[in-house]
Amino acid sequence: MGATLFDKIWNQHIVQQVNDGPSVLYIDRHFIHEVTSPQAFNGIEKRGLPLFRPKQIVATADHNVPTLHQELPIRDELSRLQVQQLIENCARHGVELYGLGHPNQGIVHVIGPELGVTQPGMTIVCGDSHTSTHGAFGTIAFGIGTSEVEMVFAAQCLLQTKPKQMRINIEGELLPGVVAKDIILYIIAQISAGGATGYFVEYAGSAIRKLSMEARMTICNMSIEMGARGGLIAPDETTFAYMEGRPFAPAGEAFTKKVAEWRELYSDTDAAFDMELNIHADQIQPMITFGTNPGMGMAINDSIPTYESLEAESEKANLKKALTYMGLQAGQSLLGMPVQHVFIGSCTNSRIEDLRLVASMVKGKKKHPDVQVLIVPGSQEVARQAKREGLDSIFQDAGFELRQAGCSACLGMNEDKVPAGEYCVSTSNRNFEGRQGAGARTLLASPLTAAAAALTGIITDVRTLL
Amino acid sequence: MKPLKEIESRFVPLPIENIDTDQIIPARFLKATTRDGFGKNLFRDWRYVHDDEQQPVAGFVLNQPRFSGEILVAGKNFGCGSSREHAAWALKDYGFKAVVSSFFADIFKNNALNNGVIPVRVSDAFLAKIFSQDAEAVIQINIEQQTITILLTGEQETFDINPYKKTCLLNGYDDIDYLISIKDSIEKYEAARK
Repeated sequence: MGATLFDKIWNQHIVQQVNDGPSVLYIDRHFIHEVTSPQAFNGIEKRGLPLFRPKQIVATADHNVPTLHQELPIRDELSRLQVQQLIENCARHGVELYGLGHPNQGIVHVIGPELGVTQPGMTIVCGDSHTSTHGAFGTIAFGIGTSEVEMVFAAQCLLQTKPKQMRINIEGELLPGVVAKDIILYIIAQISAGGATGYFVEYAGSAIRKLSMEARMTICNMSIEMGARGGLIAPDETTFAYMEGRPFAPAGEAFTKKVAEWRELYSDTDAAFDMELNIHADQIQPMITFGTNPGMGMAINDSIPTYESLEAESEKANLKKALTYMGLQAGQSLLGMPVQHVFIGSCTNSRIEDLRLVASMVKGKKKHPDVQVLIVPGSQEVARQAKREGLDSIFQDAGFELRQAGCSACLGMNEDKVPAGEYCVSTSNRNFEGRQGAGARTLLASPLTAAAAALTGIITDVRTLL
Repeated sequence: MKPLKEIESRFVPLPIENIDTDQIIPARFLKATTRDGFGKNLFRDWRYVHDDEQQPVAGFVLNQPRFSGEILVAGKNFGCGSSREHAAWALKDYGFKAVVSSFFADIFKNNALNNGVIPVRVSDAFLAKIFSQDAEAVIQINIEQQTITILLTGEQETFDINPYKKTCLLNGYDDIDYLISIKDSIEKYEAARK
């Protein structure tokens, strides 16, 4: 029997097997940020251990940083201390830091690929659940807790039990107005917020092959939202073309040699998966969520389920709790509902292609006067590229607030929050209660659908504007 | 970590499904740089109205004095979402030594185990049985035997735990102790790959 893409990478990274226990998995790249690393640095110092392989770590400040006036000291004292501690920890332990003000700074899952630090065939971890993003390059990439960050600091390895494997095949052509975010929101709505727990997911099929790297990252990014440990896509010509010339990618002959290795990274035709799911691309409509987990999503022209349509009492209770928080009714359509905020950003949708999509919708137009629109590039490089392409003036002319790079209103750790009770169409990844600020009501959608809501002030089927 | 062999305690019922780590500990409390003190913000936005400690939400279980104990019992898919270990720290700091549910999110499960908080996965039926008990009911979790028992009725179920993790818990070892002990093998692996 053949090997899956996951098996091939996994097997190459096993240092040894613990008797009757997990595998010792070697980690090629470790990304860290200010929020989940300080306790790991403290831990290792308390044990009197050095960092085992500091050169395999890349650090940035993203979760906690302001998106205005990054050149000034951070106003919030706790945030400032946390960012300061990252600076000190990285200096003391010899870790490369792309901190505030550095031209490489940005959301950790945006800068890793952008700099070419993320490369096919690697194992990659970070104290952040959206580390699954890097799987778009054919890597085993997953989020870890702070104790595990400390383990990687100490030994560049983790003790891991091999997960089950799922493949999701998407064949055919996407409908107009449907983009990568809709694909993954559709999949999560089918599988549910916990349905892929215990699995690593490979995304395959002709619809995936046609996607750009940015679009593939959006899909892998949200693997965790159905419980999957990670998601990955076999590298191909699109991947190699993206990699070539990146600052940390191999160059010249070394690149050619690497590409030959990367071409071996695919699931054999006779490889077996624990579960397979087949989807036709034309089943997927522009999507939006109505509830308080990413599995509570629907086609934008659909209606919220009625209680009668649900069988299990627990499902009814979940829906009731979610709709009470969201201020919505079972059975209602969201089309035409006014929204007060639009957030375009986060590690899911803040790359240059996302900004281009938004610009293609709003060029020469103005936002609705009752909507506040925040657009936050994923990195300094995305911001520079947007400027080179003139996207910044398109956004400014439209009345959007274009900010500096960071996680921003995705999780509301900085000042960028949605007020209690107000609705936000957000390109981010989580619609949990209070995620964008206490009492905030998040509706997850694609950059196109977010741009449509920004223009009309109401939930809009983007296809009516195309 | 301290060795942990058995927990015998009353329980705190939280029969809600898909409890994500943003609910367990909201992001605004992640600015600390130590592992201590998160317990007071556990389930913060479900515990208090407008984040005000003077205004506890009367219906929320942590505000009901008749419920107490070292065991939290919650609906399925507990701990989904963000990888923040602060969720495990908050549960531990509040005084919980075990969480019982019919399903756990992967990252939370590891984070809990790495902090000596035991995720005990039971069947849907057994979970329903626990939820139907009086607040005074005592639950016993035996790590050595891998059993969970409702002491009043004697009803019992076994639960899975990775044998390696079990040895760690019973003896108070952690993964770093193990990894440091095999450093030679890790260096050999690195040399062979070059």
